[in-house]
Amino acid sequence: MSATSSTIVNLPDQTTATLPKRNYINAEDGMLSWLLTGDHKRIAILYLISITFFFFIGGAFAGLIRLELLTPQPDLVASDTYNKLFSMHGIVMIFLFLVPSVPATIGNFVLPIMIGAKDLAFPKINLLSWYLYWIGGLFTLAALVLGGVDTGWTFTTPLSTHYLNTHVVTAGLGVFIIGFSSIFTGLNFIVTIHRMRAPGMTWFRLPLFVWSNYAASILMVLGTPVLAITLVLVVLERTIGIGVFDPTKGGDPLLFQHLFWFYSHPAVYIMILPGMGVISEVISTFSRKRVFGYTAVAFSSVAIALFAFFVWAHHMFIMGVSNYSALVFSLLTMLVAVPSAIKVFNWSFTMQKGSVTFETPMLYAFGFLGLFTIGGMTGVFLGSLGMDIHLTETYFIVAHFHFVMVGGMLMAFLAGIHFWWPKMTGRMYPESLSKLAAVTTFIGFNLTFLPQFVLGYLGMPRRYHAYPPEFQVLNVLSTAGATVLGVGYLLPLLYLGWSLKYGAIAGNNPWQATGLEWQIQSPPLTENFIETPVVDYEAYDYEWLANKTQNEVTTVG
Amino acid sequence: MDNATTVVAMQPPAAVDEHEHVSLPQHRHHFETEEQQREAGTFGMWLFLLTEIMFFGGLFFSYLLYRNWYNPAFVAASNQLSIPLGTANTAVLITSGFFMALAVWAAEMKKKSLLVLFLVLTTLFGVVFLGVKYFEYKEKWEKHHIPGEHFDISEFVNPPRDVKTGKLVEEPLPPDMAQKTQVFFSLYFAMTGMHALHMIIGVGLLLWLIPRSQRGDFTAGYVAPIENFALYWHFVDIVWIFLFPLLYLINRHPV
Repeated sequence: MSATSSTIVNLPDQTTATLPKRNYINAEDGMLSWLLTGDHKRIAILYLISITFFFFIGGAFAGLIRLELLTPQPDLVASDTYNKLFSMHGIVMIFLFLVPSVPATIGNFVLPIMIGAKDLAFPKINLLSWYLYWIGGLFTLAALVLGGVDTGWTFTTPLSTHYLNTHVVTAGLGVFIIGFSSIFTGLNFIVTIHRMRAPGMTWFRLPLFVWSNYAASILMVLGTPVLAITLVLVVLERTIGIGVFDPTKGGDPLLFQHLFWFYSHPAVYIMILPGMGVISEVISTFSRKRVFGYTAVAFSSVAIALFAFFVWAHHMFIMGVSNYSALVFSLLTMLVAVPSAIKVFNWSFTMQKGSVTFETPMLYAFGFLGLFTIGGMTGVFLGSLGMDIHLTETYFIVAHFHFVMVGGMLMAFLAGIHFWWPKMTGRMYPESLSKLAAVTTFIGFNLTFLPQFVLGYLGMPRRYHAYPPEFQVLNVLSTAGATVLGVGYLLPLLYLGWSLKYGAIAGNNPWQATGLEWQIQSPPLTENFIETPVVDYEAYDYEWLANKTQNEVTTVG
Repeated sequence: MDNATTVVAMQPPAAVDEHEHVSLPQHRHHFETEEQQREAGTFGMWLFLLTEIMFFGGLFFSYLLYRNWYNPAFVAASNQLSIPLGTANTAVLITSGFFMALAVWAAEMKKKSLLVLFLVLTTLFGVVFLGVKYFEYKEKWEKHHIPGEHFDISEFVNPPRDVKTGKLVEEPLPPDMAQKTQVFFSLYFAMTGMHALHMIIGVGLLLWLIPRSQRGDFTAGYVAPIENFALYWHFVDIVWIFLFPLLYLINRHPV
């Protein structure tokens, strides 16, 4: 395909191009060489397959939930089954998809290459964290097969410890084990970023994807252990009857909420920060400009990570915390909007006067910008004390966090997968189909979740499987949207699979991007770099890239 | 622009690892130097200990909160713990930490037999600590101070009298406050149990390090596993250094 004014895609001549003879995919043969690999790129692929599997399981639950809500009557499933559906949807999507999605797949693949390292600092721990992910995942699936959990994904006590006769212990242990997988990923990233950068790769030459994963890793390392100990206490309370959260013994259920949200609010940023990193890369590449206010975007990631730990009690405004603490937490919550807005403004400024092109990753990034902005702004509504009391536990909140986590994170994940797909596989995906998928996802998403804002405002509570008939029109719209959304998610699965065999050969740098990962062959060698690169240019320096290409041409000529 | 410095891999290499310096067998391919490998390992260990601090942090937070709410119950319940046993165990644990520090020294000085000896001593003292803990737990079991169905608050509501003086051993607690001693024991078992679990894992790792030391793995200049394990072991010591005063010592009153 030749480059035109509307596109920057630069593919090698398809009649002669082949994949590199030696690369990380064919470096060793056999299933066992994959299952025992220490190569961060192979582990990334293992993760990609695994989280895709869990994504579609979680998605199936979502589909059933929407199907049940098609009619006001509880006619598809019984109430306890419905409770199990939304609980498992939450547990699978949050712990098995959203938290590991970008860091464990894209981050694992490109982060070491971006900083000029041959691998992550601890390859064996990296592999271990994939196994922990699966052990935890199997526990969760076991809880499902044995009969499910109906606590919601929050395992709230005393519901989870005293009143439910379902498989809380199995699911809790599952989440506990997955937590260690996430701790080890974060730990590996932090050590790698500190100790493995190539000569010349200073902190302020790091791609913003690295910065945002660094911030998310700090959250994983500091937050996840608190969730772990909380779940241990729940399990101990359920099994041997210790009384830390049990009010009949003098324990306090509110303490559970404090400990749980101390992790689980930062977890939202564990989910969204790496996605923001993807967006920085994509927007810079397809605007051919350095990200506007690079330092501000980098530090805003760290600021989000910092603020993340001071806002947990906004989940508890209606649960009996004092007015003063609610006021303070309301204020602190709104502070998070500042670094988030800095990012959105800077991305917009990056595009201004840039040579913007509309490749698939960029379409997803646009989707991210729109949806994340709506999600973030409605977050300010919910952070305001008075509004929160009206809107909490309604569909408004469901719409809000789906806008942030699905509209934000999932769009970013898809943007990233499309962006780095040529690097991961050495092949391109079919362009028109992928653009269709991006647009379908965007339309489907809005159709699903915009009506839910209205439903919530009108007072439809979340977690109910029946509702008054006047809410039906909006619910039908939402379910229709979910169907479109499902198509939008299935399409990439199909054409990306197709492209593995039939996609056009991508070459080293189809997007003409500046990151180190684009300067090596696609798919890369097992050891990434033959010689350790020496970095003497700033991140996103497109002039450097233009010079480099010129030099190369001169050398070849 | 100096093109030579920015050359990165485009073509498959002839040979991958052509480092000039002599590599130890433990040197991993993806590190530039052994120094970098050692630094990364130590840094990783410190980060892991940071996660451990957060892990125990949740328990310490709960403890301080409830101690503040149910102070009389916590005072009465902590009087049930044996100061002599706790003190002895503190000494035992510090001694094992001392031997661990000596083990690091021996590894760095490349003294193989001393390294093995100190690791064995560390293990022994660790096991003694766990043994004492067993007897403490057993006593709580016999007194029905294990939280749950069989928990018995009668001793806190009607404290026994001292045989010689005839005075009450404890201030009697009203039943609802006596009920809160259960929270103390819940936290006591959760915190010391988690600590003991860390000790058991530590002893397991020692049993893996000892034969490797005997083989001479860590006395040829590659001491990272010993150093990192020592960091872990000292961390477990430090947790106990906080647990012991919080659970056994603070705010006891003379009988």
